[in-house]
Parts: sequence; structure tokens; C-alpha cells
Amino acid sequence: MKYALTAFIVTLGILAGSASMIAHHGAATFDTGKELVMEATVTEWVWSNPHCFLKFDAKDPNGTVRSWTVETSNPPDMVNRGWTRRSFKAGDQVKVTVEPVKSGNPVGRLLMATFADGRILSTRGPATQGGSEAAPR
Amino acid sequence: MSHRFAIVGLTAAAIVCFSAIAFNQAVRVPGAEYDGDFPNEKPGPAPRRDLTGIWEPARGPGDAIQATGAKNMPDSGRPEHALPFTPEGLKANLANRPAWGPRMVASALSNDPQPTCEPQGWPRIILHNYRTAQILQTPKQVLILYQFNRKWRNIWTDGRANPKVDDFLEPRFWGYTVGRWQDDYTFVAESVGMDERTWLDNVGRPHSWEARVEERYVRRDAKHIDVTLTINDPTYYSKPWVALDRLPLRLQQDTFDIREMECSPSEFARYQKEFAEPAAGVQK
Repeated sequence: MKYALTAFIVTLGILAGSASMIAHHGAATFDTGKELVMEATVTEWVWSNPHCFLKFDAKDPNGTVRSWTVETSNPPDMVNRGWTRRSFKAGDQVKVTVEPVKSGNPVGRLLMATFADGRILSTRGPATQGGSEAAPR
Repeated sequence: MSHRFAIVGLTAAAIVCFSAIAFNQAVRVPGAEYDGDFPNEKPGPAPRRDLTGIWEPARGPGDAIQATGAKNMPDSGRPEHALPFTPEGLKANLANRPAWGPRMVASALSNDPQPTCEPQGWPRIILHNYRTAQILQTPKQVLILYQFNRKWRNIWTDGRANPKVDDFLEPRFWGYTVGRWQDDYTFVAESVGMDERTWLDNVGRPHSWEARVEERYVRRDAKHIDVTLTINDPTYYSKPWVALDRLPLRLQQDTFDIREMECSPSEFARYQKEFAEPAAGVQK
């Protein structure tokens, strides 16, 4: 068990290192390790420096719609992962996995987005299942 | 018991190696070439006194993007990474509030001068975000063009000396730099006069007006340069320290187009207002 715990900690360290790749403007605000999965309706995809960010509406567990803003990394780093400035358009229905901030505000870090057709965009690796390399929208 | 530790160590090493390999295979600058693409490569000999070309971190695009401080001396909290601060240097370090590392604060509360599009300066540009760079040589200068924020530096090679660092010298974000070939394959440059407002790295390591930065480029073979950077700042650090130790860069095709990466004040302002301030719980 002790060794399994050691391996787990090592793995966590590696994942933390990976996370540091995608956000260079600070990690202090995030509730590290916590993940929220939401059904989102995209309102805007902002392709800009220092970080791109996605805006969407999603219902909280009480059914109240909240407007979220979640960041990714900068445009060149996102291109390296297969994302483009046209990865989302307003009205897209996507399932998003988000690491929220500690403050409780509807803000966080986008970890993954799954589209209705099964395409997945991840902030920690390349696009999969076609990703955003499909025809620009 | 000892072999159990060995197994754990080997497992960890395998995970690290696998992660590095997987990263390099998965995340890459489109069109770039990395050492992992050429497993059986035997590069030709290094050309004499030649650094020209387009260069990319040889192990992958993230090899020299260092959020948590200088690559070889990150702010890890580990004893081997403790910097030899003088009392004055420690005081200056504590005055900086980075958004990364053990002392990190929310980015909206940080006094990091760089994200607001202020000049990042030398040597932070390569201790924080060493991305693709192009090197040009003229008879009297070595010029380096950096992808990050589209900055450039010039290193005088015409035999001049660096200016005397005194109260009359005009501070520069990018310092004053002269360089020379130590031998046919080793180019060494030294910078002085860096503006004290700049940080050395992304976790707020400071430098004083007396800081000297040595950069050493070893042309290892036809495809590689190894870069070492040493900080010598007796006012803030009791001895020189190596911030970058033989970082390998790989020569790219001469048709490789460096993508734009610019700091736009208006984009930053929007990011700050719509993301960073709500993330930190800042009310305005």
C-alpha cells in the first residue's frame, strides 16, 4: 500500500507538471483536482492572448443557469493540441469538464470538451477522434 | 526492502519517461522537427562559428516553458534548488508576488510585470518561455529573434566591451550584450545593465543593477546547440548560479515559419476583466 501510495503521488506530480504546461498565468485560484462536468451551451469562444477562453451557459444542480468563463492556454499552445479559433461557435452544445476556481464564481480551467458527434478536445494533449481538424465551422 | 524501493523508482522513472515520450509525440508545433522524430540519427559535424538558423527545443515544445521558475533552479522548495540569496536579495525576492510557485497568489493580485504586456526582458524570456527562436549573424552582431511576444536581441561581436555599470548607464529591459567565440564551436555572451523592474523568471526571482548574465552556446553538431545560462549577481546572490544547463535546441528546416505570439494590451485587459478578476474573487 505504501508503494502504491508513492506511485500515486508520483503520478499526481506528473499530472501537476502537465497542468503547468497549460496555464502560465497562475494556478493559485483553482480548486486543484476538483472537476465539474456540465452540459454547456456555448456563447463565445475567445481566441486571444494571454489565454483563450470559452464562455458558456450551464445549469447548476439546482437548475439555475449560470454563465461560465473557462480558460485554456494561449493560441500557439492550443494549435499544438489541434485546437483552432473555430473550435466552437455560439450555440454549440458540448459536454465540458472544468476545474473550477475556489471562489465559487463560475470561472475555471477547461480540461476537456466533448461534442455531440463524439469529437473531443483536450487541453492536455492532442485532439482526438478528429478533434478540431474537422472542417472549420 | 531495497529492491522494492528499486521497483518503485523504476516504475516512477518509466512513468516519467513514458509521459515525456507521449508528450513529445502528442503535443508539437506543427511543422517542427524534434529529436524523437529521428531515433537513429547521427548528425554531421558542427559548422565552424555558426549559430544561424531556426531553433526549437529539441525534446519538444514544452521543454523550456517554465512556469515554476528557471529550468534548472525551479522554485520547488527542495534544498538543491534553494538560491544563494544575500539578505538584500531575499528582501527583493519577497517583494515580488508571483502567480506560480510556493509563494503564488491569484494572477489578478500578482505584481508580475510581464502579463500586462510590459517587456519581459532579459533573461526571463528564455527562463520562462523559451520557444522557437531564429538566430542571424552579421560580421558585427548575433541577432536572436524570439517567438514569445515577438522580441529580439542583438549581441555585439565587433570587439567592443560592455558599458560600465554605474549611475550614468541607461537601464534597458534587454540589457547590453557583447559576445565572442571562445573556440570555433562555443559562443559566449555577457549582458549587463538590465532594468531592475524585470524578473529573472516566472516565480519572481529578482536581479540587481549589478547583475551579469552569461549565455553560452555550444554548437554540438550540425543539428544541435546546447544553451547554458548563468546568473552572476553578487548584490542579490552570494555566488553565481546556473539557471539553464545545456538545454538542447534543434535546427529546423529553413522554410519553417515561426507563428505569431504577441502580447496585446486589449486582449490582456479583456482576459483580466472576464477571467482573472472573477477567478480571484476581485470585485470592481
